[in-house]
Order: sequence, then C-alpha cells, then structure tokens
Amino acid sequence: MLTKRLIACFDVIDGRVTKAQQFQDNIDVAPATDLAQRLYDDQIDEIVFYDITASAQKRPIDLETVRAVAHHVFVPFTVGGGIRSLDDMFEVLKAGAEKISVDSMAVRNPEIIRQGAEAFGRQCVVLSTQVKHVGIRPGIPSGYEVFIDGARTATGMDALEWVAQGEALGAGEIVVNSIDNDGTAAGYDLDITRAVADTVNVPVVASGGAGNAEHIAAALTHGDASAAIISSILYSPRLERNTPVRELKAALAAAGVPIRPWVGSASA
Amino acid sequence: MNPPAPIADTPIAVVDYRAGNAPSVGFALERLGIPARLTDDPEVVGAATRLILPGVGAARATIDSLRDSGLLEPLAERVAAGVPFLGICIGLQVLFDHSEEGDTEGLGWVPGTVRRFTDGLRVPQIGWNEVRVVRDHPVTRSLPAGAHCYFVNSYYATPSDPADVLGVTDYGPEFCSVVGHRNIVATQFHAEKSGPIGLALLEAFATWDGVEC
Repeated sequence: MLTKRLIACFDVIDGRVTKAQQFQDNIDVAPATDLAQRLYDDQIDEIVFYDITASAQKRPIDLETVRAVAHHVFVPFTVGGGIRSLDDMFEVLKAGAEKISVDSMAVRNPEIIRQGAEAFGRQCVVLSTQVKHVGIRPGIPSGYEVFIDGARTATGMDALEWVAQGEALGAGEIVVNSIDNDGTAAGYDLDITRAVADTVNVPVVASGGAGNAEHIAAALTHGDASAAIISSILYSPRLERNTPVRELKAALAAAGVPIRPWVGSASA
Repeated sequence: MNPPAPIADTPIAVVDYRAGNAPSVGFALERLGIPARLTDDPEVVGAATRLILPGVGAARATIDSLRDSGLLEPLAERVAAGVPFLGICIGLQVLFDHSEEGDTEGLGWVPGTVRRFTDGLRVPQIGWNEVRVVRDHPVTRSLPAGAHCYFVNSYYATPSDPADVLGVTDYGPEFCSVVGHRNIVATQFHAEKSGPIGLALLEAFATWDGVEC
C-alpha cells in the first residue's frame, strides 16, 4: 500500500540550512548539501528546499545549491522560493528537482499554477500555503486566512477556498503550513490539515509544529495528511537532542502508520 | 555470479526532452559511475546501444515533444533493433497503444492501454509504495522482497499480455508497476528517486543484454 511520507524541510540562505521559529529569527544549521547527504543516508523519504530570501530579494533561485543537493539525494526533491515564471520552473527542474513549490507568487498570479501544470504535469506543481487561525469572519468562512511573504502579509483569502482554487488550477499537492504552530514543537494544526484534506483530492502535506513522533502520527492519521514536513526535530540546534529518521520511522510503524520501512544492515 | 554482458560500448543515451527529468536520471547514473549522455539529438539517439526514456508530465506532451524533436523515428528504430530500453514513469505509459490521459494514441511498442486511477483515491498517487516482482527478469532481480519505490502517477498501464507484467503494486486495486516486453523494461516508479533500491535497478539495466531471461 501507499505509505505516508516524512519530508525534511530546508530553509536555505546562501547554500546553508537555517532554522526559524514562527518564520523569524533564523539561526544557521549546516551546509544544505551536507545535511541532505546525512538525511538521505538516514533514509528520509523526501526533501523540500526553500530558498527563503530569493523572493524578498527579488533574485533568481540559487540553482547551484539545487544542483549540488540533487547530486546527493536520490529521493524526491522539491524546490521553492523565488520562482516567478515558467522559465524559472524549467531551470529548477533542469537543475535536478522533481517538483516546484509555489506560495506567495501563486497568490499574486494564480495562473502560474495552471501554466506549470500544463507544461510539466500537475504532479510537478506543489501549492504551499501559509495559514493562520484568525477566527470565522466575513470572507474567511473557515476561520483560517492565507498569509504570504513569510507570514508577514495577510491576503484576506480563506484557506479552504484558496486550496480548492489551487487544486482546480492544477496543483498536484497541497502543503499546509500553520503559522501559529511553526517552530513550536507543540504539534501540527490538525484541524486545518484535516479540513484541507477533506476539501481537495490531491495529497495534503502537514507542516509546522512537529515536536515528536506522536505529533507526526497524529497528522498522518487524524489530520488525514499524506505526508508530514519535519525540520526542527531532525536538526534544530535549539533542541537538546535531534531525532534520527530511523527512530521516527520505528515509532510511526509501532503506531500503525504505514511507512516506507527503514532498511539497514544488522550492524547499522 | 554471471559476468556482466559486454554490451555498453557507448554511453547510455538518456532522452532529454523539455518536459522530462533527464537530469535526475543523469545524476543517478553519474553516482553509479555509469557512462551516460543526456541528449535530444536524433543522431545520437539513432546510434545508441542502450536507451533510457525518463519522464514526468503528460502523455500527449511527451509524445508531441519527442515528435517535435525528431526523436520518435530513431527511438522506434533502435527499439526494433533490439537495444536495451528502459522507460520510466511517463516513459512507461507512452509505450502502450493508448492512454486515457487526453485520449492519447501511444507509441504501440507494448500491447495494452493506460487508464486513470478510479475515483475514491487521492490522485495523483504520490509516495513510496511496495513493488512485488511477479516474473523473473534480469533487471528486476535486484529488487528485494518488500521493496518500496517512489511513485508519482495518476494513470497506470494495463498490458494486454499478462506475461508483460514484471511487477505489481497496490493503489486501490493492484496495478502493473513494472513492464517487461522483449528488449523493453519500464518502471512506473521513479527508479532514479527510489534510493539505493532504485539505483540498483538502474545498475542492473546498465548491464542487461536486452534478452528477457
């Protein structure tokens, strides 16, 4: 059967992975290629790489780092940040990425989703959303609003309406980033994850808040997510101890979550 | 141990068309130390002694892109000549007679059709799923029991001849995830993105002589 995925997320600045808390206060972790290699060896299912300053600095994505990471990992690899056009998407795919993640730019220009899906197939276009619980109000019937630009700008758009529109335009996967829970290690926002999963028929990825294997298991079962994005738990220097993928997979398997088995030699 | 077949006397030609993911396949072969050349040159493809047709995206766009690049004829000629051929993902789906995706006529190199996953499933299927080998073949011999490989697909192949099914996978009902037909092998999963298991399959393909058993 199709297993649930653990996706390591890298926020990259100048080729180095950094770690933020609620989209602020980035601290340096490691070179992206080193961390990618380490996590590939530890059998991570997928990696997503956000060039987090490309968009704000209005510069093209860091293709050199994309290429270097693609040389190290033979698992799926998604890239986002700083993508503004079909040509940008093509360059990133040529550099070795499988999927393109669009976020703020897609809010400003939703047609990019359709164009990307038509050119490269919908499986190539991941719609990443930053959502915040604001309470039910006019225009926000779900109580969750879409934010952009690193959670700095409110859009007035309802999260569920936006993901439905994104799917209709051609997004092949939806990432739900909870702004409230990001970096808290308090667990994913299961309510909005589940609501998005109920709204769309494409796979949904939970993001923001994983602190332990139970949180991940909850997102993949109660949240009905197909995959969970993790970062702090794997490599944040703020934590006393990081958890290897192997350990997370063992815990998920023990909790009955279908997962790609960690395969190792007896000595590993 | 059988010695590897001494057939790879030119680099593997990895067909590089606009909607493909040839670079990922190229990186994987590079890691394995297998000589490969990414190409959209009809002459290079026409002279290839081993071919990989990678792919992401839509069936019609893929076939149109191959046709527009003048690659269809040299590919067909090489496949008919018996060179070992590996199709990946869309590179599997275009091999058949017809695809429901955009009501597209396929290349017709393997008898059968390509259908959409039924309602009630999340589509596309994205993720790691188990591949069970159902027929012995030199290229799939590297796949261990319980092998999980990375899939991204909304459609799946239904070969007319059950003997062309080398491997199966469950998504809703069981579907054909590995095809073997004469000198053609094709995987619905992305071997180049399936970790060490996928790399081992690429390595097995690189030494296969194009004969089924």
